[in-house]
Amino acid sequence: EVDLEERLRELDLRSDSDVPDVPPPTDSTPEILKRALSGLSARWKNWWIRGILTLAMISVFFLIIYLGSFMLMLLVLSIQVKCYHEIITIGYRVYHSYDLPWFRSLSWYFLLCVNYFFYGETVADYFATFVQRREQLQFLIRYHRFISFALYLTGFCMFVLSLVKKHYRLQFYMFAWTHVTLLITVTQSHLVIQNLFEGMIWFLVPISSVICNDITAYIFGFFFGRTPLIKLSPKKTWEGFIGGFFSTVVFGFIFSYFLAQHQYFVCPVEYNSETNRFVTECEPSELFQMKKYSVPPLLQTVLGWETVNMYPFQMHSIALSTFASLIGPFGGFFASGFKRAFKIKDFADTIPGHGGIMDRFDCQYLMATFVHVYITSFIRGPNPSKLLKQLLILQPEQQLSVYKTLKSHLVEKGILQPSLRG
Amino acid sequence: YFLLCVNYFFYGETVTDYFFTLVQREEPLRILSKYHRFISFALYLTGFCMFVLSLVKKHYRLQFYMFGWTHVTLLIVVTQSHLIIHNLFEGMIWFIVPISCVICNDIMAYMFGFFFGRTPLIKLSPKKTWEGFIGGFFATVLFGLLLSYVMSGYRCFTCPVEFNNDTNSFTVDCEPSELFQLQEYNIPLVLQSVVGWKTVRMYPFQIHSIALSTFASLIGPFGGFFASGFKRAFKIKDFANTIPGHGGIMDRFDCQYLMATFVNVYIASFIRGPNPSKLIQQFLTLRPDQQLHIFNTLKAHLVDKGMLGSLEDA
Repeated sequence: EVDLEERLRELDLRSDSDVPDVPPPTDSTPEILKRALSGLSARWKNWWIRGILTLAMISVFFLIIYLGSFMLMLLVLSIQVKCYHEIITIGYRVYHSYDLPWFRSLSWYFLLCVNYFFYGETVADYFATFVQRREQLQFLIRYHRFISFALYLTGFCMFVLSLVKKHYRLQFYMFAWTHVTLLITVTQSHLVIQNLFEGMIWFLVPISSVICNDITAYIFGFFFGRTPLIKLSPKKTWEGFIGGFFSTVVFGFIFSYFLAQHQYFVCPVEYNSETNRFVTECEPSELFQMKKYSVPPLLQTVLGWETVNMYPFQMHSIALSTFASLIGPFGGFFASGFKRAFKIKDFADTIPGHGGIMDRFDCQYLMATFVHVYITSFIRGPNPSKLLKQLLILQPEQQLSVYKTLKSHLVEKGILQPSLRG
Repeated sequence: YFLLCVNYFFYGETVTDYFFTLVQREEPLRILSKYHRFISFALYLTGFCMFVLSLVKKHYRLQFYMFGWTHVTLLIVVTQSHLIIHNLFEGMIWFIVPISCVICNDIMAYMFGFFFGRTPLIKLSPKKTWEGFIGGFFATVLFGLLLSYVMSGYRCFTCPVEFNNDTNSFTVDCEPSELFQLQEYNIPLVLQSVVGWKTVRMYPFQIHSIALSTFASLIGPFGGFFASGFKRAFKIKDFANTIPGHGGIMDRFDCQYLMATFVNVYIASFIRGPNPSKLIQQFLTLRPDQQLHIFNTLKAHLVDKGMLGSLEDA
């Protein structure tokens, strides 16, 4: 114990009580709400504010879904930037490092670099036809990795040159903090966008399942909660956890049923270069065509049906909802631990009654990666647009030989009619 | 545990491509390969959940610091090592030349600094001087040119590493690519009077080696400065004392990590394109309608370029 204390003192990391207490967040509730609720006690006031803001956020979400994929992409991007900003600001506060030379600019610069790299790798594939027509864009795409790496290196060298004698350790901490934050926020947001391009349903169902789990676990905990779940979050209970799990699976199942019927949600997003907009139109894949399933004998007596008509996607939704309910909360516990470690009540006070954007999205980040890994492992093979892009950068002779191989394969499979001449 | 997970993920992603036929033959390997990402993610998640469950009241901050430290270290150490292995598979020359250039730069900069050093380079490393930096640069470029010339002549260095299924061993046997075939280059007029030759026979690879040596001399040292800053920040003299007189393994490799990424990005951007046989493999796993779409786009592209005459009909 003594040895640990000495080591900690050396590294300037005394006991947790040494972190300066962050000043209580300012109250950002709009005046109008304050007046409307002035008669209620503090507890109910908080409840109402939370409730109203929840409805407001959900409505905004629906509106953006209606507006289409491009707006959704912008929404994801702005959430990513705000989350990044919140976490970095916490780092500054913890280390009193607002005045570090260049550090804020460097953090934003790295955010820009990493976003540039990811957008170039993923989104550019979808704009392949658009890009082919413009010379400068073609150059940027061909040497994309090299350009991104050069941009990152510039930032790295600036960091090294900015090291100041008395602040080395602080600067290294902030450098690492920046990189871990980038890893968490930027990669997740790009996986979310990739899921979105598979079809809006792959974006909506996971996110809604996490939100549903949050809300139903809270409700079950409120009414039936008795056994605490984990020391880290004293308000969570086993009853809430299990009740939330079953409700979320049922919700996901029903929600998928409704979404699976509309092409708007089910089709992969494509960019139409003639009309210059995103379109979602296609022949729905097998996943979204009704099938007859035999009900297992066990459930037959309970439900009274012998067969049931379902979309195959609904089976997948069970997997997604299960993950959202069982593993998603670990993201929330991680964030709770983080807040306790750095003695903050909320990540920020952007949303009245809820805290910062990060507070709303802490359970989501594991979900995004899971859905992406799930899709690539079980649903579809490699990305056709990426494959096409790589084919188009081959040497002409290689392209010709690949063309011949593909042609013979397609003819063999009967997908292509053999040519009548030549 | 996290080190194991990340290594498992990377080895699965990269090395299985090279062992493709071997993997396809053995049933358990085939399944592991097909669901590789899912398995890796599940392994990682287990570690993540264990971390959350291990959080202890008075030590939250310390635990988060160590979690962050672990991840940044994994990012630096493991990704670089896998990029090096990627480079190695391109051909041993892509592994040996960059590493030798960094070592040469270290030594040459030290010697030039020792004999001619006067103007300090950067406050972070008071022993480095501008004379050492510049002298090291020119010496390394020259060294790179000479080393590449010698190595380009041998197949065992220039051929991509392949796994031979019949003999179950790695082979380096191939028709040397254009990069490793001697070509005549015209010497620019300026140098003609100096050197006295009109043309010179060089391997195209030697031109690339200039780019590699330049990076090793100009940007590589920043990796060293980063490590010096790190050691100063945490008040350590050396990373460890594994090697007598030199310090730890990290002390020897601090300049190398940027180099590995650079070589990998360089190869991907300027040397080779994607591997056609790999693309065909990926094509075969697509759905028929996707295959048809790609085929038609490729066809339109080839017709556009004039590579397909009108003899070919749909």
